[in-house]
Amino acid sequence: MVCSPVAAVTDALLRIEGLSKRFGGIVASDQISLAVPGGELHAIIGPNGAGKTTLLGQLGGEIRPDAGRIEFENVDITGLPGWRRSQLGLARSFQITSLFPDFTVLDNVALAVQAHAGHSFRFWRNARAEKGLREPARAALARLGIAGRADVLVSKLSHGEHRQLEIAMALATEPRMLLLDEPMAGMGPDESARIVEILRELKRELTILLIEHDMEAVFALADRITVLVYGRIIASGTPEAIRANAQVREAYLGEQTSIDA
Amino acid sequence: MRRLLTPAVSSTPSLTALLAPRHVVVAALLAFLALLPVYAELARNPFLVTLFTRVIILALAATSLNLILGYGGMVSFGHAVYLGIGGYAVGIMAFEGIASGFVQWPVAIIACALFALVVGALSLRTRGVYFIMITLAFAQLVYYFGVGLDRYGGDDGLSIRQRSGFAGLLDLTNRTQFYYLCLVLLTAAVYLTWRLVNSRFGMVLQGSRTNDRRMRAIGFPTFRYRLAGFVIAGALCGLAGALLANHTGFISPATMHWTRSGDLIVMVVLGGMASSFGPLLGAVVLLTLEEALPAVIRALATPLFGEVAVRMAEYWQIILGPLFLLVVLFARGGIDGLLAGSRRD
Repeated sequence: MVCSPVAAVTDALLRIEGLSKRFGGIVASDQISLAVPGGELHAIIGPNGAGKTTLLGQLGGEIRPDAGRIEFENVDITGLPGWRRSQLGLARSFQITSLFPDFTVLDNVALAVQAHAGHSFRFWRNARAEKGLREPARAALARLGIAGRADVLVSKLSHGEHRQLEIAMALATEPRMLLLDEPMAGMGPDESARIVEILRELKRELTILLIEHDMEAVFALADRITVLVYGRIIASGTPEAIRANAQVREAYLGEQTSIDA
Repeated sequence: MRRLLTPAVSSTPSLTALLAPRHVVVAALLAFLALLPVYAELARNPFLVTLFTRVIILALAATSLNLILGYGGMVSFGHAVYLGIGGYAVGIMAFEGIASGFVQWPVAIIACALFALVVGALSLRTRGVYFIMITLAFAQLVYYFGVGLDRYGGDDGLSIRQRSGFAGLLDLTNRTQFYYLCLVLLTAAVYLTWRLVNSRFGMVLQGSRTNDRRMRAIGFPTFRYRLAGFVIAGALCGLAGALLANHTGFISPATMHWTRSGDLIVMVVLGGMASSFGPLLGAVVLLTLEEALPAVIRALATPLFGEVAVRMAEYWQIILGPLFLLVVLFARGGIDGLLAGSRRD
């Protein structure tokens, strides 16, 4: 049962058509077509090696697809570099924490604010004294609940705090859509629950594409779920439909029971 | 001064912070440099002024390299080429009868900026070893171009009989005036770099040193900022080249030999990367050792080995090498890092 959600949604914020990517003999993305309407939290699940991160890399502009097309707000962004996509309002966080370790937490987020506050050919004024950069950055930290760690060097943060900062930085770019790559990876249950709460809050105003292994979180949050196996979409639909889908159970969830939780 | 020396993390000023070893050392060094000509005059040792003029000029070159190497993470292995281009700009114009510094120096700076623009535009698309090799290759290209400049002395170099003229405002033949001019320009360059690295521009430069991929993901077209940094560094080093040519009264391809580029890197790493006064500290230590080590070896070895000690002194770099190695291995922040009492990773 291969769904074709493209036709169903006309006012998609993000639209992917026939996206394909091979690495040598491995097909990482096989004719992926997907449409995410504004306001949706769309989760992508799939076993390891299903090509989830590759898909996100293509959406973020770091990996160039072999074929296919990506549209964001009805603009073809397939050939645009990553920074330009970010400027259009497509923000991404990374699975492997990817921050600026010798900057403070606040510096990190302020940098994300700065990226969207005009050009940076400003050579004289102390950027750390610019209210226009620091205050929105503090606000983003407050939303993620790590405002108290603003002046700590990033290298001193815990893993959970790193993940929160990742999201805060994506948020600070004032995006229209968030691409989140396993924001709960390596987190304890308490921290995960906290991120779920934060995402629930964020989905009210943002469209979110979420890649996540934590099934409990996915089924609690997602409006729709797409299942990716060996680079192909085997199913796409509401959490209920995915839970009931025999092919998904067979291909991916198999003996896993967490889907019924 | 405190703010000049404090890196990323802001802290409240206090007397203990002001009296931290690195601040005391830098303040002492600046005072020493400011008073040096007076002492040299009293001690009747003009050589000191000559030596330290050279130290200051190379510190200026190292400061410019620090902007891209220390703050921007761009390991340019051809930075001495700007000393050469700046120097040749002055030398060639003097040779052709244009003696005004108001013309010579801006031309030196602009020529370097343009050259950096071309090299940067091509090399900054690469990373790591490739970047090092491309910058080196371009520097070697200009080096051999200099060797082939028959009209201007070729391999033997070009004597500059006339110092740059500044319409009577400055007399560069006056050793003391020239020394202070260099010192003022160095101080200005250090201040300029400090402003730069803490500005929005500097944030982008430093951000793309640690994580260029993330910088692009949050929306920065990093290439153009890195290129701008590369051009600024080249232009600043061009000024150092114009000063050096005036200092030695001579310019030859040897000025931009790759080993000179290596010297500049050593100064930056030794003094402390991404530190405002690191390159100055590095230049002072390296060039002082270069002067002092042969003499020390000679003095220590003569009682033991007699005549052979003179030969031994020629191998002073045998001591410099391990010293440098120790700093790289155990003091990642260089001398500045040692003084600050913290290691950087």
